[in-house]
Amino acid sequence: MSEYRIYSVNGPVVKVVGGKGLAMMDMVFAGDQQLIGEVVGVEGDMTTVQVYEDTAGLAPGQPVTTTGSPMALMLGPGLLGNIFDGIARPLKSLEAISGPFLGRGVNIPALDLEKRWDVEITVKEGDPVKPGTLYAQCQETSAILHRCLTPAGLTGTVTRVVPNGPYTVEDVLVEVTDARGKVTSLKLATRCTIRGARPIAQRLPIHRPLITGQRILDTLFPIGKGGAAAIPGPFGAGKTMTQHQLAKWSDADIIVYLGCGERGNEMTQALEEFSELKDPRTGLPLMNRTILIANTSNMPVAAREASVYTGMTIAEYYRDMGYHVALMADSTSRWAEALREISGRLEEMPAEEGFPAYLASRLAEFYERAGYVQTLEGKEGSVTVIGAVSPQGGDFSEPVTQNTKRFVRCFWALDRSLAYARHFPSINWLNSYSEYTVDFKDWYSENVSPDFAPCRQRIANLLREESQLMEIVKLIGSDILPENQKLIMETARLIRLGFLQQNSYNPVDTYVPLKKQLLMMQTILRLYDGVKEGIDKSIPLSQYTATGIFDTVVKMKYEIPNEDLSKFDDYAAMIDKALEQVNTANS
Amino acid sequence: MRLEYTGLSDLNGSLVALEGVSGVSYDEMAELVMADGSRRYGRVILIEGDRAVLQVFEGTRGISLENTSTHFTGKPMDIALSKEMLGRVFDGAGRPIDGLGELYPDERRNINGSAINPVSRQYPRSCIYTGVSAIDGTSTLIRGQKLPIFSGAGMAHNELAAQMVRQAHVAGDDGEFAIVFAAMGVKNDVAEFFRRNFEESGALPRVAMFLNLASDPIIERILTPRCALTAAEYLAFTHGYHVLVVMTDMTSYCEAVREFSSSKGEIPSRKGFPAYLYSDLASLYERAGMIVGKKGSVTQVPILTMPNDDITHPIPDLTGYITEGQIVLDRNMDQSGVYPPINILSSLSRLMKDGIGEGYTRADHPALSNQLFASYSKVQDARSLASVIGEDELSPLDQQYLRFGRAFEQYFVRQGQQEDRTLEQTLELGWALLSILPKGELDRISDKELEEHYKEGAFESLGEL
Repeated sequence: MSEYRIYSVNGPVVKVVGGKGLAMMDMVFAGDQQLIGEVVGVEGDMTTVQVYEDTAGLAPGQPVTTTGSPMALMLGPGLLGNIFDGIARPLKSLEAISGPFLGRGVNIPALDLEKRWDVEITVKEGDPVKPGTLYAQCQETSAILHRCLTPAGLTGTVTRVVPNGPYTVEDVLVEVTDARGKVTSLKLATRCTIRGARPIAQRLPIHRPLITGQRILDTLFPIGKGGAAAIPGPFGAGKTMTQHQLAKWSDADIIVYLGCGERGNEMTQALEEFSELKDPRTGLPLMNRTILIANTSNMPVAAREASVYTGMTIAEYYRDMGYHVALMADSTSRWAEALREISGRLEEMPAEEGFPAYLASRLAEFYERAGYVQTLEGKEGSVTVIGAVSPQGGDFSEPVTQNTKRFVRCFWALDRSLAYARHFPSINWLNSYSEYTVDFKDWYSENVSPDFAPCRQRIANLLREESQLMEIVKLIGSDILPENQKLIMETARLIRLGFLQQNSYNPVDTYVPLKKQLLMMQTILRLYDGVKEGIDKSIPLSQYTATGIFDTVVKMKYEIPNEDLSKFDDYAAMIDKALEQVNTANS
Repeated sequence: MRLEYTGLSDLNGSLVALEGVSGVSYDEMAELVMADGSRRYGRVILIEGDRAVLQVFEGTRGISLENTSTHFTGKPMDIALSKEMLGRVFDGAGRPIDGLGELYPDERRNINGSAINPVSRQYPRSCIYTGVSAIDGTSTLIRGQKLPIFSGAGMAHNELAAQMVRQAHVAGDDGEFAIVFAAMGVKNDVAEFFRRNFEESGALPRVAMFLNLASDPIIERILTPRCALTAAEYLAFTHGYHVLVVMTDMTSYCEAVREFSSSKGEIPSRKGFPAYLYSDLASLYERAGMIVGKKGSVTQVPILTMPNDDITHPIPDLTGYITEGQIVLDRNMDQSGVYPPINILSSLSRLMKDGIGEGYTRADHPALSNQLFASYSKVQDARSLASVIGEDELSPLDQQYLRFGRAFEQYFVRQGQQEDRTLEQTLELGWALLSILPKGELDRISDKELEEHYKEGAFESLGEL
C-alpha cells in the first residue's frame, strides 16, 4: 500500500513520488506523523500534496498513505452547538487530547461516536427509497430535528430496518437493496465530500428577506433568504461585530459561523456569547442552532483554504433537511490570501496583486452555492451567505472586493470615518446597495405594511439629499441654507442618530422587529411632514428644534420596548403637541 | 552517529544548499562549523530529495563552497527556558549576551510554538491601567490583548511604551508582572533607552531582553520575536506571570521577512512583501492571550513605525487586521507639542467594550468614552469648516466644539512622561471637558448618567491644570 514516499517539502506543499495511483483531491496522510493533506497536482509520477498542518519534521523518504477518496466530512447529529477547526475536527476533543495548544497529526472524526441518539425510523421493510427519502430522524437539539435523508444516487427497496431506539452515529439503521441486488447500509452519519455542491431538485427564486433585526439592513439594504451579501471594510470598521449581530439575531433556523483566518479571542467570545444569549424567537440558547468553525490566523494556512468549503458543506447538509441556514464567513479575504499563498508555493503564474488567476472563479463557485432551493425530498430550504471582505488598506478597488462584488447582490460597505465617529453599524448608506429591495416590495407590503416600501424610499431620499447638501455645508457652513434644506439636514441627522445607529449593547436596541422599524420611520416622517408644513408658512426651523422634539425622537429607540409598540402613539401625540405649540405661537 | 557534511553546493544571500544529504527533515536546525572553528546556525527551509536548503542566521559572509562542514541536529529550533531569564539579556536567537554565563534550562521549547486552541482561550476582561488618560479612558488595554502602537519615525513611541510599562498595574493585583522586551533591528540608543528606563524604575529584575540591533543579521531578526514570545508563554503559562511583551520595531521585522523571501526567490505580493506576511505576523500576534485554568497571561504591545506615516502600508494594515485594536500616533499632534501624540479617533481597543464599565472599571466609563469619541469627531468637522470660512464665521455651537477640541487635546490627551493618572482622574477630566458642550449635544449618554456626572461649569472650576 504505502509505496508513496515524500520527495520534497516546502512549507505546506509536499511532493510525493512512488506511483501514479494518487488522484486529484484525494485525501492523504503524510509522513510519520500522519499529517492530513490533499492532492492538488499530479505531474508524471510526482504528486503535489497540500498539507493542512505545520510540516516541521517531515523528511524525504517518509511514507504517504492515501484514503483513496477526496476529502470528506462526517455529517450527522452532534454538529450543532459545537466548534470545529477548518477540516471539521472538534476543537473540544482536540483540547482533551493535546491540551490548550493544538497538536499535530490528531485525526478524529467530527462527531461523537459514543453518544446514543434517540432515533425514530421512518421507513419499513419493502418501502421504496430514492434520493431524498427520509429514513430516520432524531432530535438533535431542542430546536432542531435532525432528519436523515437517503443520499443522492441511491434508489432501491428497504430490506432491513432496526426498531426505534437509541443508536450511535455508526450503527446501521436501514439496509437498502438496489435493482442490481447491491446492499447499502444507512446510518445516522453520512460522509460527504466538501468541494462540490450537494445535489438539489431545483433552485427557486429568492422571494423573502432574511430578517436580521438590524434597521439599516432590514429597511435599506435587505438580504434575501438564499441570497449572498458581502461586508467589506477596513480594520476597525466593525465587520466582525456586524457578523456577530447577524449570527445572533437573523431569523435563520441554523447559523454556521466561520472564523476564517481571524482572531482567536473573537472565536472564544462568539462561543461564550452565543452560549449565554437566548434566541428571541425560541427562547433557547443561541448555541443550540449554531455551528462554529474556527481557523484562526495562526492555524495552518492550507486548512484555511478548506475551511470555507467545510462550512458550506455543513450549511448545505442542513439545508437539505428543509432548514433555512445562514453562513457567515469572516473573512473571505483571508481565504483568498490562503489561495494566493498556496498558489505561490505551487509556483503558479500570478495574476492581479499576486492572486492566482482562478480567484474570480473560486469566489463565484463559493457564492453560487448560496440559494433558495427545493431539496431532493421536495421541501424548501436555503443557504444564505454573508461574507466579510478585508480589503488591503481599506481600498475597495483591490481584487477580492471587486471580484466579490460581481457575485453578490447585496453590498454592505463599512466606512472607516463612520467607525471613527463611533457610528455603528458603520455601514455607509451611500456606497451600499441591495438588489433585493425591489424583489421584496410585495413581501413587505403583505407581511409588514403597504406603507413600508414608500417610507423606506422617503428615508433613503432624505439621506441622499443630505449628502448633496453636505457638499455645500462643508464649504460655507449650514447657516446659509434655506429653511427647508435646514429641515432636511436636521431630519437626516435624526435618521442617522435615531434610526441608522443601532446600539448592539443595549438590550432593547440590539434587535428590532420589522414592525417597530416601520413605526420608527413613520414617527420620523410624521415629524418631518409636520415641521415642513410650518416652514412653508415661514416659521423658522429653530423654533421647532427649540422644543426639543427632535432630541426626544432620537431617543425613542431606547425608550420604546420591542414588546409594547403602543408607545409610538405617545410619541405621535408628543410630536403633534410640539408642532401645535409652535404653530399657535406664530398664528 | 554524528553525520557531518563537508562543503556546500550552492550559496545565495543568506541561503546555502547542500546536496547528497539524507534523513534531514523540514524546519530542522543545522550547525555549520567554519574552517576557523567558529559556528553558525541554520534552519532547513526547503528539502527536495537529497538536496537541502538552509537559511543561515548569522549570514553567509566568509562562507565558501568548501570551508564549512554541516551537522544536522535532528530537531527544530528551540531555546532554553528558565525562570532565571528575568533580569537577563539575550541576543536575537535567545543566547545570553550579558556575560553572566549560560542559562541552566528547566526546559527547551520549539520557538515556533503552536496555536492556542480557541476553546482553551479565556476571553480577556481585566483591564490594565497604564496611567495614560488617552489609553485608559478611550482605548483601554486589556490583559491578554495585543495592542500595537502605530507610529512614525521620530515620534515618541518609545517614550510612550516605556511609560506604559513603567506604570502598568492591575486593580486588586493578583499576580506578578514580568516584562519581555524584544528589539528587532532597532538602534543601539533605543535598546539602551529601554534598558535605562527599566533600570531607573527598578523593573530590570523582572525584564527579559532579546536584542537584535540594526547591525545584527536579518535572519536572526526573524527569530527574535519568536524567542521572546516563547519565553513569554513559558513565564505566563508555566510560572503564572502576567507578561507584558514589548516588541519594537515590527517594521524592521517585516523588512527582514521581505529580504529573506526575496533571497529565496519567492513571488512577491504588495510592495514586495511575501504573500504569507499576514500568516507570518499572525503567528506572532496570536500568541497573546489567556488560557482557561492558567494563572498567567501574555499581553503584547508591538511598536511599528509606519513608512511615510501611511496607515494603509501593508505592515500597519496587516497588523491592524490581526491585532485587537491599535494606538495611532499622529504627526500633527506631535508637532504641536502634545505628548503622548495619540490620535484618539483612529485609535481603538477592541477588547475594551467587555473590560470596562460596571464591575470592571466604573459604570459611566463606556458612555463617557463613547461620547468623547463622538464629540471629538465633530470637532474635526468644525475645524475643516473653520479652515474654509474662518473661525469667526462659525456658529456658536461649532465654536464651542473648537474649544472642546483644544481643551481635549491639551488637558486630556496631553500629560507628562512621569505623570501617572488614576482612572478616577481620567474620567473626571473627561466629564469636566464635556461640560464645555451643551447638554443637548451629548447624545451618547443616558439622562440618568448626565444627571449624575454632568456639572455645568465643571471645566472652568478645574482651574489651572
